[in-house]
Amino acid sequence: MTTLGIPIPKRPIHPTGVWDWLTTIDHKKIGVLYGVTAFFLFLTGGVEALWMRVQLTGPEADYVTPEVYNQLFTMHATTMIFLGVMPMGAAFFNFLIPLQIGARDVAFPRLNAFSYWTFLAGALILKLSWFLGGAPNAGWFGYAPITGVEYNPGNGIDFWILSLQVLGIASLAAAFNFIVTIINLRAPGMSLMRMPLFTWMSFVTAFLLILAFPVITVALIELMFDRFYGTNFFVTSAGANPLLWQHLFWVFGHPEVYILILPAMGIVSEILPTFSKKPLFGYPVIVLSGVVIGFMGWMVWAHHMFTVGLGPVANSVFAVTTMAIAIPTGVKIFSWIGTMWGGSISFKTPMLFSIGFIALFIIGGLSGVMHSSAASDAQQQDTYFIVAHIHYVLFGGAIFAIFGGIYYWFPKMTGKFLGEGLGQLNFWLMFIGMNVTFFPMHFLGLDGMPRRVYTYSEGMGWDYWNLVATVGSLVLALGVLVFLYNFFKTLISGEEAPGDPWDGRTLEWSIPSPPPHYNFVQIPTVADLDDWWRRKRENDSSLAPVAGSSEDEHDIHLPDPSYWPLVTAVGLFIGAYGLLYTLNIGTFTGFPLFAIVGGSITLVGITAWSLEPVNEPDSDH
Amino acid sequence: MWAFLGSDCMFFGALIATYLVYKNQSLGGPLPEDVFDILTTSTSTFVLLMSSMSMVLAYSALTRGNMNGFRIWLLSTCIMGATFLGFQVFEFNEFVNHEVHFECSHLEDLTEFERTFADRCDGTVDEVFIEHAGLTPRTNLFGTTFFVLTGFHGGHVPLGVIWLLSMFFYSLRKGGITPAKHEEVDLAALYWHFVDIVWIIIFTVIYLFGVFPGF
Repeated sequence: MTTLGIPIPKRPIHPTGVWDWLTTIDHKKIGVLYGVTAFFLFLTGGVEALWMRVQLTGPEADYVTPEVYNQLFTMHATTMIFLGVMPMGAAFFNFLIPLQIGARDVAFPRLNAFSYWTFLAGALILKLSWFLGGAPNAGWFGYAPITGVEYNPGNGIDFWILSLQVLGIASLAAAFNFIVTIINLRAPGMSLMRMPLFTWMSFVTAFLLILAFPVITVALIELMFDRFYGTNFFVTSAGANPLLWQHLFWVFGHPEVYILILPAMGIVSEILPTFSKKPLFGYPVIVLSGVVIGFMGWMVWAHHMFTVGLGPVANSVFAVTTMAIAIPTGVKIFSWIGTMWGGSISFKTPMLFSIGFIALFIIGGLSGVMHSSAASDAQQQDTYFIVAHIHYVLFGGAIFAIFGGIYYWFPKMTGKFLGEGLGQLNFWLMFIGMNVTFFPMHFLGLDGMPRRVYTYSEGMGWDYWNLVATVGSLVLALGVLVFLYNFFKTLISGEEAPGDPWDGRTLEWSIPSPPPHYNFVQIPTVADLDDWWRRKRENDSSLAPVAGSSEDEHDIHLPDPSYWPLVTAVGLFIGAYGLLYTLNIGTFTGFPLFAIVGGSITLVGITAWSLEPVNEPDSDH
Repeated sequence: MWAFLGSDCMFFGALIATYLVYKNQSLGGPLPEDVFDILTTSTSTFVLLMSSMSMVLAYSALTRGNMNGFRIWLLSTCIMGATFLGFQVFEFNEFVNHEVHFECSHLEDLTEFERTFADRCDGTVDEVFIEHAGLTPRTNLFGTTFFVLTGFHGGHVPLGVIWLLSMFFYSLRKGGITPAKHEEVDLAALYWHFVDIVWIIIFTVIYLFGVFPGF
C-alpha cells in the first residue's frame, strides 16, 4: 500500500520468533519486555551495590579506587531508580492497566512499543558508559557545578545526561499513553471510583511523570548546553547560582519519589484484599490519599536542601509540609491494616511481601518524619541515616511490593505458579537480609558516618556495623538468587495456573491465564467496584473465564505489529550518541554526523509511522 | 492534549524560572536594555497574535462546512507563524552582531554596558565604536537564559507550522479533513494558541520587564 506516492514497507503480519518481539505492539508482550529488561538492570544495580558493600566491610579497604567508588554509587542509584524500579512499575502498568479496566490494549499501542525501545536505548547509553571511558561519578542528583565541564571533564556526566534525556522521552510518552488509556478506554460502567486501586495509583503516577519530567529535562538541557556549547547556566565564574540546579532537581526529585512508591502502594492495595478475602478498607479514602500525596509531593522539595541556608522561614514551611505529607501516607497504612483486620488471611508469598512492605515502609516513614524537622535534619544530612531511610522506603517499600506483585500476577502473565516454598524462602531471606543490611545504617549515621565515602579510618567505631551490613547484603543477594532459581524452575516445570488462581477481585482474573492477545472476547460491563468478585458471589456467569478458542475471535480487530517504533527509537539512540561524538572534517570542527544520521532515522520512522495503515488489507485480523 | 500542554507548561515554567533567577545577575553586558528593540518585537508579537485569530477563524469556518474559508485561514496562520519565525531569526542575528556606538559628548545617556567603554573617550577621539559587542549564549547569564528560553519557544513554532501545513495539504485530499473530523484540527489549534500564550508571557516578562525600569 502506498500513501502520497511514498512506498512504505508493509506492516508485519504474524511475525515469529525475534521479529515478533521486535515489532510487537501488544501491551502484554511489551509489559514482559519491560519487566525482564528492568529486572536484569536491577541485578546490575545490585552488583554495583554489593561491590560497594564489600569495599566498606572493614576500614581502609582498597578493593576499589575512590574514583571507581564514586562511579559505583552514582550508577547504583541511577540504575535502581530509573532503570530498575520505574520500568518495573511500567511493566505492571503495561500488563495490568488494560486488563483491569476491561480494554483490549492501550490507547496508542505503537507509542507504547516506542516507549519501551526508547527506555532500552536510554538504559544502554547509561550502562555502556562503564566501557566508554568511565561512568558518571557525581551522584544520582548530579549537583552542578560539580557536574560542569570545569570540574568533571570526562564523558561520564555526558552519558548520564543523554541517558536521562532519552529515558525522559520514554517516560513522558508512556505516561501520556496511560492517561489517555485510563480516561478513554474504561469498560462501560467502570466509573473512576470503580477503578481498581492499582490503576488509580498508576493514573496519579502518570500525572506526576508528565509534570515532573519536564523540570529535570530543562535542568539537564541547561547542563548539557553548558557542557557541550559553553553556556553559563551553572558556571559560577559568570555569576551562576549553584542552588538553581538543586531547586530544579528536587522539584523533579521529590515527585519522583512518589512516582516510585505510588505504583507499589497500588500493588499492595490489590494483594491485601485478595488474600484477606475482604474488600479494601476505605477504598475512596485510599484513592483520595493517593491523589493528595500526588499534590503534596510538589510542596516538599526543599526538605532535601535544609542545610544549604534557605533561611528559617523557608525551612519551617517545608518542614511543616513534609510532616503533613505523612498524614495521607498514614491514612493508607491504617486502611491496609483495616483491610487485614478480621479477614481470613492466607499467608501466601505475595501476601508476605505485602505485609513486609507495610512493616518496612512504616520504619522508613518514621525516619522520614524524623528528618522532616529541619534542626534534626542538620545532624542527619549526608550521613548513613539517610541511606537507611531511603532503602527502607525504596527497597523495603517499592521493591518488596514489586516482588509481591511478581508473585501475585506471575500466574496471570505466564499461566504458571512461581514455586510457593521457594517463594517463602525468597521472602524470608530478603526480609532478614534487608533489615540486617540497612537497620545498622541508622546507627552508623547517628554515629556520624558520612555517605558517599569510599572508606573510613579505624577507630571511628564504625567497623562492627559495617561488617554486619555487608553480611546482610550477602543474605539479601542470596534471596534474589533464590528468586531467579524459582523463576527459571517455574518456566521449565511450573505448576499450571487457572484463570483465577487466587480467587481475585478485579477484571484481569476473569480471563484465561495467560490472557489471549485480544484480552476480552466481549468487553465486560461493570456494575460495581471489584466487579469480578461480585459476579462470582452472585453467580453471574456472563463473564466466566473463556477459552482462547472462541468462535468470535476472528471478529476481533486489533492493529498489526509495526517496525516503526523500533526504528524511531534506534534513531534516538544513534542521535544521542551523535551529540557527544562529533567529527572534525577539515577546518569544520564538531560536525555532528551521527546526530544527523540518528535524527534522520527518527524522522523517517515518525513519517512512516504516521502514514502506515492500521491493518494490512490481507491480514486476517 | 490538555495533559500534554500541562506538561509543556512545566518545561516553559522551569525555563522562565531560570531566567528570572538569573535576571540582573549577569557579570557583564550586553544586557536587555542594550539589545532589545521593543518596536520590532511588538510587531512580531502582533503577527503571532493575529495568527491565533486566523486559527480561530479557520476552525470556525471548518465547523460551518466552509472548506475554502478553512484553507485560506489555515494557510494565513501558517504564513504568519513563519513570519514570526523570520522576525526571530532576524532578531537573534541582530543580537549576535550587536555593536556599541556612542559619541563622547553624550556620556550621560549611556547604558551600564556602554559605560564600561567610556574610558576610551580620553580626549583623542570624538566617538567610540565597538564592532564585536554581540550577545551570544556564551556571553553572560542573560544571553544564556534568553537564547535557550526563546529558542525553546522558537522550536515550538515551526512544529506548529508543520502540523498546520500538513493539515492544509491533507484537507486538499479527498476524505482528508472534513467538518466531521474537526476534533483533529481543534487539537492543533489548541497547541497553536498555547504557543501564542506562552509568547505573551515571554514578551511581557522578558522584553517589557527587561527594558522598563522598576522591574
